[in-house]
Amino acid sequence: MAKIIMTADDSASIRQMVSFTLKDAGYEVVEAIDGKDALNKLNDSKINMLITDLNMPNMDGIELIEQVRGKSAFKFIPIIMLTTESQAEKKQRGKAAGATGWIVKPFKPEQLIAVVKKVLR
Amino acid sequence: MSQLNIHAEAYRQEALELLSDVEETVLDIEQDPGNAEHINRLFRAMHTIKGSGAMFGFDDIAEFTHHAETVLDRVREGAVPVNKDLIDLILASSDQIRAMLQAADGGAAVDGSRSEQIVSGLKALLHVKGDTKAFSPENMETSDSAGSMGGEKITFRIRFRPGPSIFATGMDPAILLDELRDFGDCVVTAQTEKIPSLYDLDPEQCCIFWDMILTTDRSINDIRDVFIFVDDESEIKIDEIASDANKGNDRKRLGEILVERGDVTKETVDKALNDQKQIGELLVKSGAVSREKIISALKEQQTVEKRKATTSSGSVRVPADRLDNLINLVGELVITQARLTQVSAGINDAKLAAPVEEVERLAGELRDCVLNIRMLPIGTTFSKFRRLVRDLSSELGKEIKLKTEGAETELDKTVIERLDNPLVHLIRNSIDHGIESPEEREVSGKSRKGTIRLAAEHKGANVVITIEDDGRGLDAEVIKSKAIEKGLIETGDGLSRSEIFKLVFAPGFSTNTEVTSVSGRGVGMDVVKREIEALRGSIEIFSEKGEGTTVRLSLPLTLAIIDGLLVKAGESRFVLPLSLVNECMELTKDHAANAHGRHLIPVRGELVPYIRLRDIFALSGGPAPLEQMVVVESENMRVGIVVDEIIGGHQTVIKSLGRMYQDAEGVSGGTILGDGGIALILDVPKIIQCAEQEEK
Repeated sequence: MAKIIMTADDSASIRQMVSFTLKDAGYEVVEAIDGKDALNKLNDSKINMLITDLNMPNMDGIELIEQVRGKSAFKFIPIIMLTTESQAEKKQRGKAAGATGWIVKPFKPEQLIAVVKKVLR
Repeated sequence: MSQLNIHAEAYRQEALELLSDVEETVLDIEQDPGNAEHINRLFRAMHTIKGSGAMFGFDDIAEFTHHAETVLDRVREGAVPVNKDLIDLILASSDQIRAMLQAADGGAAVDGSRSEQIVSGLKALLHVKGDTKAFSPENMETSDSAGSMGGEKITFRIRFRPGPSIFATGMDPAILLDELRDFGDCVVTAQTEKIPSLYDLDPEQCCIFWDMILTTDRSINDIRDVFIFVDDESEIKIDEIASDANKGNDRKRLGEILVERGDVTKETVDKALNDQKQIGELLVKSGAVSREKIISALKEQQTVEKRKATTSSGSVRVPADRLDNLINLVGELVITQARLTQVSAGINDAKLAAPVEEVERLAGELRDCVLNIRMLPIGTTFSKFRRLVRDLSSELGKEIKLKTEGAETELDKTVIERLDNPLVHLIRNSIDHGIESPEEREVSGKSRKGTIRLAAEHKGANVVITIEDDGRGLDAEVIKSKAIEKGLIETGDGLSRSEIFKLVFAPGFSTNTEVTSVSGRGVGMDVVKREIEALRGSIEIFSEKGEGTTVRLSLPLTLAIIDGLLVKAGESRFVLPLSLVNECMELTKDHAANAHGRHLIPVRGELVPYIRLRDIFALSGGPAPLEQMVVVESENMRVGIVVDEIIGGHQTVIKSLGRMYQDAEGVSGGTILGDGGIALILDVPKIIQCAEQEEK
């Protein structure tokens, strides 16, 4: 059974790229446009991994990570943050909130897959 | 790569939307500088433009936007104040980014010196010269990046002791061990000495650590990279050991035993992971909570979550031509359904009539649905004008406030697009000629700040858009004399005010003595009128000298399908837009006789001029004995259109007559009738004009 990965990002172009890349590699993808949307969609699908941007309206990545970790079904799934080079402080907060790892933007599709393979089996 | 091109297009669209957002939000901030939500929104927009830009190859945009993003970040912190300089620079940045997007799409090359100018302006806001961290895309090193040193294998001893809460960060150490296994021969030993007895065991904590012996041609940095995510909370020791230490046949057996011991450890880890999924079970087992309480708590969890789950209203991007295609098809369907209805009426079979009626209802609903898809709120157009008003009034040294009403009023997408230019022209007129300078206004006892009001509302089957200003208004006398000068009218006597104002629409008409860069060339109003009429709308001007001017546009809600009234004159059939029809009545010979040769007829106390379609279109044959008259109203004038027969209501799919008949007067299109015949759609305003002229 294919693994389901959720991507949360308010940028449509990034969502599209992440979706394409993951689907190409055989994963199923659920897209969310911000933290709130992501939480809602969590109820419907049994996702195996979350890739989230940190800067989103309505609920940002840090809060999303905290909320996801607070749900018993998702307490231990791998969560990857998409950060930019100037967000060192946010990255630390993300880790404190329970993120597994991070990818720095801009990244190439291969880098995305490499990180996914690092944390999801 | 074509893959990159798909994303580039998506980025371009996204960036353009974000830029509109930036403009609107910046203007909001200008009104409300302390609003943190706006500032955050602005920051996020720039952040995304930059981040996504770098992702999809738009490095120049990313680099340029970096500066605006940095400044906005400081604004968020409160270190940089919100003032006019900031607003201007952000707007300038937005324009420049737009130019860069266009340049990337084959447009004109970007002015590099302008970019530099903006960037120095932004840097100045930070009070630091050249200190903003230069933007450099940072790439995560992947373990795929070749770190091998030409095949030479080295053996490393690796001790990996993850922090006890490693599972809470979603990391499965076993995957990392597998990653190491991919590097080469790897022997893993799990050290279980720290695992407490089952009673004391917290399955969410990791108490295992691992020793590994790895023989690989990868570098020590590659190995360190494996642990990049867990580095902070884990103990990782990597040591190189002499490559000959583990050679020999003994190694295998030792390895097997170690692996065996590793298996046992792996089970323990799996067990711990499995246990955490059944917290309920654990609680029941430990006697802390009764089973019933668990079940009811679970039920509550599910119910609350279900209630909270709102279906996020998603939206779908659809290329505009696909929509046009859909509308075309629906149009054809409506025509064909009309024919079906007609044929069925002829056959008069009850079993056929029912489904045919159903089809008619469904086709109607489908028509309404599809036309609705293209409806967009006019608010986006209004927002654009805020920027225009701000820039233009600033340029001309005037103080003007823009008020908008009815931004949620919806119009067909095409209509909105085609309204853009006319509205810009009308607003420019208001700003340039309408609103006076602050000093002039004070002298006449008005407030220094002028107001322009943009309003939109639905009225029947039309949308009425009003552009109203409280400026100096139109001077009817000046217009009259200018018109006489240009030979448009003879004396101007006996012209009502509204007729005088209509003169403004004549080509080449302009009462300006000075041509500014903004307006005054006299090429504007007639183009505006033509454009509005091309949309089957109408335009009216009201004005009071010294008080202000109001321009009112009335536009039909949709271009493609209208409800029409089918009439017959001679052998030809015509369609009148039902929205313009007031009423119908018979025109008997007596009526004609009582008119004493003038074409006037009393309709409910009012005298209404009428005109025969036969006469307009020079149809052969004499008038029928009993004629019908359709009273139409347009631009507050009522006219009767006399026909031989009124056939009935007809859903009309408007088909253009084509280029050749573009200038045909009195006709605005054609439609195919149920029996396959053709009816011409009448251009009512034009016909009314003809009727007026005839009256003279």
